[in-house]
Amino acid sequence: MNLETEKLGFYRYSSPQTFYPLAGKMLPWFWVVATLFGIAGLWVSFFVAPTDATQGEAYRIIFVHVPASWMSMFIYIVMAAWAGIGLALGTRLSGMMAQALAPTGALMAALSLLTGSLWGRPMWGTWWIWDARLSSELILFFLYVGFIALQAAIDDPRRADKAGAILALVGVVNVPIIYFSVIWWNSLHQGSSVSLTRSPSMAQTMFAGMILMALCFWMYSIAVSLMRVRAIIVERERNSEWIRAEVKYAVE
Amino acid sequence: MQWNSATEFFAMGGYALYVWGGFGACALLMLVEPWLVRRRMREAMLNLRRLNCADNTDH
Repeated sequence: MNLETEKLGFYRYSSPQTFYPLAGKMLPWFWVVATLFGIAGLWVSFFVAPTDATQGEAYRIIFVHVPASWMSMFIYIVMAAWAGIGLALGTRLSGMMAQALAPTGALMAALSLLTGSLWGRPMWGTWWIWDARLSSELILFFLYVGFIALQAAIDDPRRADKAGAILALVGVVNVPIIYFSVIWWNSLHQGSSVSLTRSPSMAQTMFAGMILMALCFWMYSIAVSLMRVRAIIVERERNSEWIRAEVKYAVE
Repeated sequence: MQWNSATEFFAMGGYALYVWGGFGACALLMLVEPWLVRRRMREAMLNLRRLNCADNTDH
C-alpha cells in the first residue's frame, strides 16, 4: 500500500484534506503578487503608455478589457478541464475546483462585456451590437450562469458535479468561436492586437501595460478561486473528521 | 508622462466617463468578490462549529 501511495504522490493533492491547508498557505502569496502586478500595471497604463493616435485616451480601457476577456475564456477552459477530470476519474476535489472557478469566470465575462460596452460607445457610437465577437462572449457569460444555476438546483453535490461537468464540456466549443470570431465573420470588433505568431501591433509600453494587467487579473483569479474552494471544502466536508479537527485547532 | 495637470489626467481627453467607468467597475467588483467569498467562508466555519458543539453535547 505504501508503495502505491508513494508512486501516486502527486495525486495526494487531489484530495480535499491535503489541498485545504496547501491552498491556505498559497493564498497570501497570490494576493501579494496580484497587488504588485496591479500597481505596476496601473502605473504603466496611465503614466507610461502614450496617448493613442486614433483613439485618444479612450483606448486605455484596453488595459482592463483585454485582461478580463482573456481570463473569461481561460477560466472557462480550466473549469471545463477540472470538470472533465472529475467526470472521468471521480476525484472529489475536481468538482469543487470547477465550482470554485465558475463565479470568477462569470465576473470576468461580465467585466469584459461591460468594459467593451464602455469602449464601444465612444468609438463605434453604440453600447451594444449583435456582432459575432460580442454575442459569443455574451453566450460565454450565460454558460457560466447556467453552470452555477444548474449546480445550485441539484441537492446532491456529486450529481451536481456530474451535470455541471457535462454542461461545461459541451460549452467549451464556444471558446474558440469567441477567439476566432473576428477572423471568421465580418466584425465591428477590431482584430487581435496580440498574437503568438507575429510581434504585437501596438507600442511596446502599451503592450507591457496590457501584459502586467493580465498577470494581475490572472493572479487575482487564482487567489479568489482558492479562497472559494476552501469555503466549498468546509461546506461539503462538514461531516468528515478531519475538517472538524481543522476548525477545532483554528479556534483553540 | 503626457499629463500637465491633475485636471487633465482626470478628464482623460474627454473620455472620463468611459475610462474611469471601466476601471472603476473592475476595481469595485474585484473588491466585492473576495469580500463575498470571505463572508461565505465565515458562515461555513460558523456552521461547522455549531455542528461540532452539537456533537459534543450529545455525549
